[in-house]
Formats: sequence, C-alpha cells, structure tokens
Amino acid sequence: MSFDPKRDYPLGTRRPDLVSTPGGVPLAEVTLDALRAGRIDASEIRATPATVRLQAEVARSADRAPLAESLERAAELAGVPDDLLLAVYTALRPRRATAAELEEWAARLESHGAVKTAAFVREAAAAYDERGLLVHA
Amino acid sequence: MRSRRFASRDRRELHREPLVSPFPELGLVAADGPNDPAPELVVEDGVVARMDGRVASEFDVIDRFVVAHGLDLEAAAEAMALDDGELARMLVDVDVPRAELVRLARGLTPAKLARVIGLLDPVELMLALKKLRARRAPSNQAHVTNLKESPALLAADAAEAARRGFAEIETTVGVARYAPLNAIALLVGSQTGRPGVMTQCAVEERRNLELAIRGLVTYAETLSVYGTEPVFVDGDDTPWSKAFLGAAYASRGVKVRFTSGTGSEALMGYAQGLSMLYLEARCLVVVRAAGSQGVQNGSISCVALVLSVPGGTRAILGENVLAAWLDLEVASGNDAIASHSEIRKTAKLMGQFLPGTDFVTSGYSVMPRGDNTFGGGNFDADDLDEWLTVQRDWQVDAGIEPVAEDEVVRVRERAARAVQAVFEELGLPPVGDDEVAAATTGYDSSEMPDRDRAADVEAADDLLARGVSGLDVALALDRRGFDEVAEAVLSMQRQRVSADYLQTAAVIDADGLVHSAVNDPNLYTGPGTGYRLEGERWQLLQSLPQVVAPAELVGGVPAGEPVVTERDEAAGKGDDPAEVVVAVGPAFADAIRQTIADLDHRDVLAAVCDGVRAGGATPRLVRIRRTADVAFIAHDGARLSGSGVALGIQSKGTAVIHRADLEPLDNLELFGMSPLYSLESYRAMGRNAAGYALGHRVGPVPTELDNYARAKLIVKTTLLHAREIQAVLPGAEPVELELAVPVASSQA
Repeated sequence: MSFDPKRDYPLGTRRPDLVSTPGGVPLAEVTLDALRAGRIDASEIRATPATVRLQAEVARSADRAPLAESLERAAELAGVPDDLLLAVYTALRPRRATAAELEEWAARLESHGAVKTAAFVREAAAAYDERGLLVHA
Repeated sequence: MRSRRFASRDRRELHREPLVSPFPELGLVAADGPNDPAPELVVEDGVVARMDGRVASEFDVIDRFVVAHGLDLEAAAEAMALDDGELARMLVDVDVPRAELVRLARGLTPAKLARVIGLLDPVELMLALKKLRARRAPSNQAHVTNLKESPALLAADAAEAARRGFAEIETTVGVARYAPLNAIALLVGSQTGRPGVMTQCAVEERRNLELAIRGLVTYAETLSVYGTEPVFVDGDDTPWSKAFLGAAYASRGVKVRFTSGTGSEALMGYAQGLSMLYLEARCLVVVRAAGSQGVQNGSISCVALVLSVPGGTRAILGENVLAAWLDLEVASGNDAIASHSEIRKTAKLMGQFLPGTDFVTSGYSVMPRGDNTFGGGNFDADDLDEWLTVQRDWQVDAGIEPVAEDEVVRVRERAARAVQAVFEELGLPPVGDDEVAAATTGYDSSEMPDRDRAADVEAADDLLARGVSGLDVALALDRRGFDEVAEAVLSMQRQRVSADYLQTAAVIDADGLVHSAVNDPNLYTGPGTGYRLEGERWQLLQSLPQVVAPAELVGGVPAGEPVVTERDEAAGKGDDPAEVVVAVGPAFADAIRQTIADLDHRDVLAAVCDGVRAGGATPRLVRIRRTADVAFIAHDGARLSGSGVALGIQSKGTAVIHRADLEPLDNLELFGMSPLYSLESYRAMGRNAAGYALGHRVGPVPTELDNYARAKLIVKTTLLHAREIQAVLPGAEPVELELAVPVASSQA
C-alpha cells in the first residue's frame, strides 16, 4: 500500500509495515524475544534514511516546510558517520573554517549523498564571508 | 521619616529583587522599544531588498538566515499589507482559525510580529495562546537532578515525575562524565513510573549526541539562539550551525527543541538598544526557519532580568504566544526562579497555566529546589499540592496528576530497585539497599548515602567505551524480573526506529501512541471546542489525596447518653427579674454535641450557667426549635426571660446576648468567633448576661480576632449549620430544658 502522509501518521502504529531497522528487521519484530535471542543489536535501533524521509513528507503535508527541510537534511545525515557530523558542526561554528575548508566539508557530505546538506553548508559559507565569520587563510 | 508599614513591606521577600526603570540603550526594555525598527519588507524581483529597517547589504547573519529560510514571500505579500490592529484582532477572534494565522505568520517579519503581539493585553494574549497552542492537550516537563548524582534518587524522582503525568523529564550533570549514568537512571526511572515518557540529559553537544545514539535519551533542548549577531557569535554558533545541529540530532532519532528567551541579549551585553520582545521575535523566526519543531522560551534563565523592567511578565507571555503563532511547540519557561515572592511568581505563572501550553513549565522541580542543579526550582516538590489545588480551583489541566502517597512510595522503590538491578547487571558500582531505602522515602539528597564518585565516573567512561546501549538496559531489566520496565525501555527504542516523535509537539502515551500536532492538533475555535478538562481527567485532577467527603468533617449523628432532656411542655414567660434565659439552637446537645471548637455542649452549658450564677442571676435553659438563626434564638429567649435578657447559643458555638426590647437583628453583644472560644469565654458571656439582666455596668467580653478562622472552618461551619437547620421544627414552641446530668455550680 502506498504512503499517504496525511493518513499514515504515526508510522509506528498506523504503518509499521513501512518501518524497519537499518538491517531490515521490521518494526514489529523489535521485541524482547528478538533481543533475548540476539537477533537485534544496538546498531539496529535507529531510524533509516527512508523512515526520516517519510517523516519529512508528513511534515510537508502538514504545511511545515522548514521542518520538512530539516528532516530531509536529517535523512541525509542518517547515513553520515558520527565523526563527520561533529566535524562539520564544528566547522560551521563562527570563525572556525576558511571558505575552502567549508567547501571541502560540503564535498565530503556530498560524497555521502548529503546533497541538500552540502548546499546548506555552501550557503552558510557565503553568508559567513559577508559577515566576517570565516577564518582567512 | 520612616513609616513602620513601609519598613515592614521592605522586609518582604519581594524586596530582595530590584526593579529598574527602562534603559533601552542596554536593551532593558520589555517591548515596543524606542529603537525597534518599523516593520518593513521590500521584495524586488523575488529577492528581499529591505527588511525591518536594513538594506540587504547590511543584513546580519540572522537577517540573512531569515531571508533564506524564514519568510514565505507569497504569504508576505498579503500578510505584511495587513494593518497591525487587524492582525491583532485576528489573533483573538475565535472565528479566525489557527491554520490561517499560522499561514500569515510565515510572511511576517520579526518587527511586524513583535509589534502585533505588543498590541495585545494579558487576557488577549492568554486567549491567543490557548488558540495557537500546537498540540490539543497541554502537558508538562519535569526537572530531575540531585547534588550527589545519586542514581537511586534520580531513578526514584524520575519514576515519581512520570507517575505524576509529566510527559518529559530533563536531567543534567554536575560532573560531565556522569552523563551516561544519569541518563540510564532517568531512563529506567521514567519507564518504571509511566511508559512513554521522554527523557533528556542536558550536556555538551558531542556527549549528548553520543547518549542519543545509544538510545539512552530521546530529546534535546540545548540548542540556544539569540536575537543579535554579536551574542549569537559569542554563544559560538550561527543560525546555520544550529540548524545543522538540529538536523544532526534528528538524524540520530532525537526530538529537538531550540531554546531562546527574552533578556539574554541584554545580559550578554549586545542588545543593540533593541527591546526584548523584538529580539525574541528575531530568535523565533530563526528557530522556525532552522526547521526546529519547537522552542523552549519564556525568558528561561533570564526571567528575573525581564521581570525587573515594566511589562516584563506581559512580554514573556507575548513571546510564548509568538512562538505558538509561528507554529512551534512551546515549552513555556517557569523553570528558573522568577521571584522571591510567592505571589509574584504565581501571578506570572498564570499566563501559561490558564491557557495551557505544550509544556506549561520547561522544568518543574520534582525534588526540593536545593537539589535542582539547573539553578531551577521555581516550583518544586514542596509546591506540588499547591499546584494541584490551583489546577482544581480553576478546572485547568496544567499537566500534573495527584497521586496517593503509598503509590508514590511504591513506584519510587520499584524504580530504585530497577536501577540497582541494572547497575549490577551492567557491572557498574553497586547501588546499596540503603540507597534504595533513602531514595524511596527520603526528602532530598542530603539523606542519601555517599557513593564512591571516582568509581562512578570511571565506570561511566568504561560504559561508553563498551558501547552499552538502551537495549542492554532493557535486557538487564528483563533478566532481573523487571518485565514491564524492560518492555517500556524497549518500546522507547522502537520509537527511535519509527521517529514519529520528530513531528511538532510530540509526546508519547502509556500505550506507545505518539500524540503530536499532526495527529492530535489543537482545534480550538471558542467555547465548547478544543481541549477541555472534563470527564475522567477532571475527576482525576480534582481527587487530591487530602480531599474528604464533607460528612467526614463533622462525623455522624452522635449516639450515647443524652446531654439534656426536654420537658414535655412549651416554655412560658418567666417572672423572675433576676432570670437569664440560656436559649440553645434546635440541634444543640442533641444532633450536634460539640461546638466548632470541639467543646462539649454539656461543658459549654455548665460554663454559661456558672457564669450567670457568678454574675448574680439565675440561669434557665430553653431550646428554640423554630429557627437556627442565632439572632432569633437569642431574641426568642429574651422574650421568655423574666429579666428580658437572654444568651442565645447556636450549636456550632456562635452566641448573642439579647434583650427583649431590641430588634431581633440588633443585640447587646455578639460572639461570632466561635472557633476561638474556650469554656472561660462562655463563662464570661454568662457573667455579662447576668450583668445586663441586673442592670449593672458591663464591659464587653474581650474577644480575639482570627481572620484565617473562616478559611479553615467555613466548610465545617456550613455543614454544622446545615445539621442545625435539619433539626428546625417550623412554628414549634420553645421548650424547657434540663441537663440530663446536673452539673456542679461553682456557687453551689
């Protein structure tokens, strides 16, 4: 059955069939029995990029465009390693990076498929340049 | 010259905090500052060329972010053209739906938003807030911390908070390395108290993300934003970095709420001469533009600064309304201490309490404020019964439920035991039975046994290194027989997989169902609509543990030996000029046997008769049956009295000395403070009555005044009076009385 963002929220209770762990365990099988049997581990306990994208669709259909865009970035970042995430955050803080460094981080994000987030970083770089928030090499 | 009344007021708690006159240059002005820009939006070829007094080339980092992500230019064309007053009226017009206002807000600049909010008075702001709140039902957030970072106490307090209905619980750390232990204690405790409660541990971002990734916390509200560029930058962030962090949290399954609030820019020294409300409008537009689902605002930690200037409380309510208008979930402050004065603090609270917000406080201190390491505790453990009573008084749901003492003790112990088991299973330093006991029934952390804190932080580091997660916590609980807690902790892990709580204003109920502004929105459109406290929930919130059935206050109808006997004849007019009639009410010494001061009627009669005799007159007892009114009881008695003087006594103890020639509602002396009377008082009344009867000079019986007697006893008074009225026999003649057991007279 196709996804209807107006009808199918909350996914966990209305459309558990659409939700699974990153390893493909269906939501309904995330149980104490499965845990005891060792069928799921901690790395399985997170939303997949696909699930976060569905949440972005829900937000968009509820007329919350900025939240939807943030969730779209989150969906991209779901597949980005923790270290990279924190490194990009640090680079985005004021006067931490040169324009070239921010461009490098944007490219790194793109290489993980985080296209929208990369564009967001480039947009920040342009604004920082105007406001003296870059480090000048 | 010094007035002692002024001096007395100077000593009140209120005077510990300064009030200052506005000083706009430093940003010490609540709203409508003289330097706030006029609302302005100029769009050229689809690009914003000017906004709120600045041309594009002068836009600071906040303006740039707002223009890039925070303005819907299509809505702006319509919304910016609307008159300020027209928009203000729409905010309070129940026939203008929330959705329409939210749509228009997307096109309003910060200056326009602040100016419109500035037009509303407090009651209008409350109505607007009630209408604009995102989620249908209000809820509340708890703070749970303690000075010793005791895991058993954290778990017990979290359990109590959850059991009392808080939808979110926030903790923090004194020592940063404690974070995973505190997060585990909070997770276990909260899920013991009520499944589905969301938790957070406010720590530095990297640690916070780590806790989130491990499934030990579910939300964060540490993302602060500010209204001027220098303060934002001093906070070591920009709107882009915060927005990125927000998405990063969401990508790890953390519900994100930003934090802002009036006064922070002034406190940090760069308010740029702008009003608090205008700067907060800039913050809130950034929060929405960054894609946060919500905000913690309402001045938060700067509340006392905002309250120092005129209109501060109104501005704080205004910023809550502004956030709700921008379609954000609002956790509306009331956490940091707003005032030393209980009156002032509570008056400020009403702005959020009465309309209801998504979280009425962004941290109610479930433990005594001395253990609140946030520096919070505006309302704390000792204030709980007052909070619950005010909810009951107003018929308002401000998110806290009354729970009986034995049930609170039960969940606290269960949670402390659960965390004890988890610590043992995870190889953490043991939690002793003495810790469990102290956490279950103790007052605060001063009663908690000291732990080896060096061992705790070492174990916490090791825990992170081992990659212990929420699943391990669930397994540990499962192995040790805490089945229902294990299931609840696992259910929170499932919530991370489905990510439904990333939507606006999400909370999770005990069955694991997410309620957010998407599936459970606020649809208030006037009386009879939206969330109303009624039915089962109203029953729950009115049933405080100390509530008693009215009859319990006065007990049943007494049995046992009668105190007086009625002679089988109507009482006639006496002819002894030295006679004082003691006239009692219809239920006196019969259906009612004690005064409201718990004096036995028998003793009261004995004391009165004693007094009459001591005054040289002769007492004669009669019962007035036709009325329960003390004036008529006394006047009827006076008409029977040979001297024309009577003392009338109602069953609850109120008394009047009357004379036959006076109007019934006039009197010689009235004794209306029955709760204060002793037997000596009644003896003095008898003596005075005798004095009037014999024509002596009589000084009134000295009486005391207790203005609180009414508050304490008005319910009991009502019930006793009702019983007296039940005993009334309309039209019945008065009857002579005799004491069933004669009392000794001091003169005999």
